[in-house]
Amino acid sequence: MNIAFAEIQETIRMVQMESLDIRTVTMGISLKDCIDADFDQMNEKVFNKITSYAGQLTSVAEQVEKEYGIPIINKRISITPAAELLGNATKEQAVQLAVTLDKAARTLGVDFIGGYSALVHKGITKGEQTLLDALPEALSKTERVCGSVSVATTRTGINMDAVKQMGEIIKEASNLTKEQDGLACAKLVVFCNPVEDNPFMAGAFHGTGEGEAVINVGVSGPGVVLNALKKYPDADLGEVSDVIKKTAFKITRAGELIGRVVADRLNIPFGIMDLSLAPTNAMNDSVAEILEEIGLERVGTHGTIAALALMNDAVKKGGAMASSYVGGLSGAFIPVSEDNGMIKGIEDKALTLPKLEAMTCVCSVGLDMIALSGDASPSSLSGLIADEMAIGMINKKTTAVRVIPVPGKKEGDMVEFGGLLGRAPVMGINPYSSDKFISRGGRVPAPLQALIN
Amino acid sequence: MEQKRAIVSVVGKDQVGIIAKVTAILADNQMNVLDISQTILQDFFTMMMLVDVSEAENLDKLQKEFDQVSEEMGLKINIQLEDIFQSMHRI
Repeated sequence: MNIAFAEIQETIRMVQMESLDIRTVTMGISLKDCIDADFDQMNEKVFNKITSYAGQLTSVAEQVEKEYGIPIINKRISITPAAELLGNATKEQAVQLAVTLDKAARTLGVDFIGGYSALVHKGITKGEQTLLDALPEALSKTERVCGSVSVATTRTGINMDAVKQMGEIIKEASNLTKEQDGLACAKLVVFCNPVEDNPFMAGAFHGTGEGEAVINVGVSGPGVVLNALKKYPDADLGEVSDVIKKTAFKITRAGELIGRVVADRLNIPFGIMDLSLAPTNAMNDSVAEILEEIGLERVGTHGTIAALALMNDAVKKGGAMASSYVGGLSGAFIPVSEDNGMIKGIEDKALTLPKLEAMTCVCSVGLDMIALSGDASPSSLSGLIADEMAIGMINKKTTAVRVIPVPGKKEGDMVEFGGLLGRAPVMGINPYSSDKFISRGGRVPAPLQALIN
Repeated sequence: MEQKRAIVSVVGKDQVGIIAKVTAILADNQMNVLDISQTILQDFFTMMMLVDVSEAENLDKLQKEFDQVSEEMGLKINIQLEDIFQSMHRI
């Protein structure tokens, strides 16, 4: 036997004690062939295509997890950005499409379906405007549909008209679901430089460069990294990086194997492996706690960004060697409501909104699952989005904003979203207005790619 | 058909009959044992077995049978396809 007992024990310990899991197996499905002049026909085709392509997804994934002894937490679906199907549709029809997607997800037993999306980083077509208009209602009427909107890229600059609309859309979506603390906003992401093969929600969509169908896998394991680091309390930072790299390598290899087996059994090509440290509210499954293990008393204090940069880079390096096709967002997520360490950081006043913004310069995504006080104005939300988009645009990286202005709540209150979405302390926003800046509209030109000091 | 192999790992307090019980389940399911290694580490019985599961349709059923023994004897028994360890620990 060429595997040592210690190695077998390590794998079992990672799964049973340290929350190693395949976070999501996401099937991307192209819906372009469902486009039809008759809207009802299209709805029917969409439903049929999704439910037939992904019919076996859950059962196959469950079978594989049992055989290999590695849990697959979520089985999900991403689709062609829905705005591309809409053409001449009305707002009501666009909402109806979301309801159809929700029904398909429910039929298949998948918890989220992503891709109720529009890419408007340069301009907005008729169908995309219809989707934007429909977003608040669509997300509040459905339970499992996730939407995303790309409003900026490094190559095109920032579409400030879209940014302005997104502030209003977020506010309206929050108001439409005020009984659930603005839950609809938890299913909506605003992107700069989005990736087409991201398996993680809420930002997953099946990009236009993708094929007919694909299996993308997202693997996670903050708990595994945390426990690995605990064994080296006195290592220097070079060694810390090395420990993270090796751990990331093992996690990614597990994910890659599982992903390929699932793809093979479903007879669908394997797309990419997204190695992201995505925290959950489970004990010790926290990105913030890794940063604290590296040596910060509380996440958010001085040194946080340096530690996060080190960790994010080490994760990518380990993952890049472990998989032939690394893609998606690969790195570290820093959602607030899904990470007990982040929540504690905010409660202890160590972690603030400006610090979170700064952290997004070096993490893999952006402002994620942050509850904001209910009196945040649409233009302030747009300003927050614009800042985050600028960070992504200039740094040539993906950034995102998923914030929830919680109706009736103010700074210091606590909101519970339940399930995977967790709970979050409400954060205040800057009281000064961004109105004039946002109402100017237009586009922020694409930045220079040279002279980059 | 190519061989499909799984690893059965057993950890727990040493006592009479562990190997007998585990191998009985394997025999009942027509599974051939290809390799065994076993030691006692600080009073803890640790064993791993490489078994041929080409014929096995349902590892899940087997895991459930192992779970029963685990409970009776206070052990931890896992069965997982070998590939997972190969890919995590070997380049």
